[in-house]
Amino acid sequence: MLKDITLGQFFPGKTPVHRLDPRTKLLLLIVYIVALFLARSYLSYGLVLLFLVGATLLGRIPFKSMTKGLKPMLIFILFTALLNLFYTKGGTLLLDWWIFEIWSEGVKTAFFMVLRIMMLVSGTFLLTYTTSPIALTDGLERLLSPLKKLRVPVHELAMMMSIALRFIPTLIEETDKIISAQKARGADFETGSLMRRAKALIPILVPLFVSAFRRADELATAMECRCYHGGEGRTRLKVLRFATIDLIAFLVGALLLAGVIVLRHFGL
Amino acid sequence: MQPILEVKDLTHVYSAGTPFEHIAIEQINLSFRPGELVGIIGHTGSGKSTLIQHLNGLLKPSSGQVLFKGEDIWKDKKFTHFIRGKVGLVFQYPEYQLFEESCFKDIAFGPKNQGISGDELNARVRRAAGFVGLGEELLQKSPFDLSGGQKRRVAIAGVIAMEPDVLILDEPTAGLDAAGRDGILENIRAYQKAQNAAVIMVSHSMEEVAELCDRLIVMNRGSVAMDGSPAQVFTRAQELTRMGLSVPQVTTVFRLLRERGLALPADVYTVRYALARLLEGKEGRPC
Repeated sequence: MLKDITLGQFFPGKTPVHRLDPRTKLLLLIVYIVALFLARSYLSYGLVLLFLVGATLLGRIPFKSMTKGLKPMLIFILFTALLNLFYTKGGTLLLDWWIFEIWSEGVKTAFFMVLRIMMLVSGTFLLTYTTSPIALTDGLERLLSPLKKLRVPVHELAMMMSIALRFIPTLIEETDKIISAQKARGADFETGSLMRRAKALIPILVPLFVSAFRRADELATAMECRCYHGGEGRTRLKVLRFATIDLIAFLVGALLLAGVIVLRHFGL
Repeated sequence: MQPILEVKDLTHVYSAGTPFEHIAIEQINLSFRPGELVGIIGHTGSGKSTLIQHLNGLLKPSSGQVLFKGEDIWKDKKFTHFIRGKVGLVFQYPEYQLFEESCFKDIAFGPKNQGISGDELNARVRRAAGFVGLGEELLQKSPFDLSGGQKRRVAIAGVIAMEPDVLILDEPTAGLDAAGRDGILENIRAYQKAQNAAVIMVSHSMEEVAELCDRLIVMNRGSVAMDGSPAQVFTRAQELTRMGLSVPQVTTVFRLLRERGLALPADVYTVRYALARLLEGKEGRPC
């Protein structure tokens, strides 16, 4: 049951999208988000959508997984849509019933807002679907490395992030085991009042925390045994290098941004 | 004697209907009697863990039935909950599920969930602690202050305190030293004798099951490959090897010695028995 959680799950592959440098993908995601927020018209939204669909197809990510990722956002999306639908005034009045008024502007804003959120989430999912967590943190570290000059512990942050990502499945598995073990002792998590159910979580949370600390401790010892002492002077097995494919990707990204800006300039 | 626990045509499929579909166990038929000490052996992924989690209703069969004293354990929700106390399951590394502030409270968790309180609860906890050899002074201590072996005893006591008719243990001795291992096995046998309980033990150690169990079940690729006494199972050494298992070391030693021409018995599965046979030979005629 807990195993069904897909949190930024990575689909391994060898498509051009997978092969892009993680830095390229991170930067492209930023370009994509900026373009998405600059977009105002059907035409410019269409352009950004074209980019998203193109990248999805190129990365061979099934559209089903993309929509599955949107499911948890459903309530948020609906809420945004309703708010925009009823609170935006302008254009022609389409419906006026009791205290509800729907204006044509409202429909348009709601539509764009929903589209924007969905595209925002899908774009981010595309990144995590096609980039392994390790590559992602690696790319992030390299991108943020100028901040080292400002004494921001970039390497440490990246290391913490990759360790956290690495341990999500482990802890999920551990939680599953603890739940089974306590159930075997007759623990009941499904019935009773809210208070009772919250209390029923103690037998799960205490062992889980204990084991998380134990694992952290063991990991720290293991890292020290292998002479880990932070990012200073550490070399890499896989050195990130930009390739031609990254150049092409940057060009496409630039075209997208330019396209949206030009369209915006013409009031579209 | 009526079997206490029966498994009928049990099949379990994980993630049915998805690309990750995987048949863990298929068409298992078994029955267990009170007072029996059964060992389950099998290679990793042979379906042992899936099987034992069906016996107390933690997993629901994809098809087939598990019967406790002739009644389907899934017949209603209340009965399934009741079964969890009657069929006690001790997981691998059970010490990782301790959570209470004192050992007493942790051991009391199981029986409390079964609706036991007051003097009876007190008596149960003390009886369970007695079986695993935990003294009064340890009961008031925090389980997190104990040694690994002691923690394991507390965790096992937590299941024993429900006084189950069937006690299932998944590798109860994993990661313990020789003394800790012998102690735990002794505790298990003590409980089995006192309650006339059926004990089912999953183990990776052929020596352990040869020493302790009167019946062995060998699992292979989700089915029961063999079911019989240790002697019956360990004579099929070649088949066991093909399943990624082995026979006790002492059996191998005796086989190799026999191949070199020594007149030694073939039915040796425990060191204790080997020693007895050797001494007997020595007294009769020089070896």
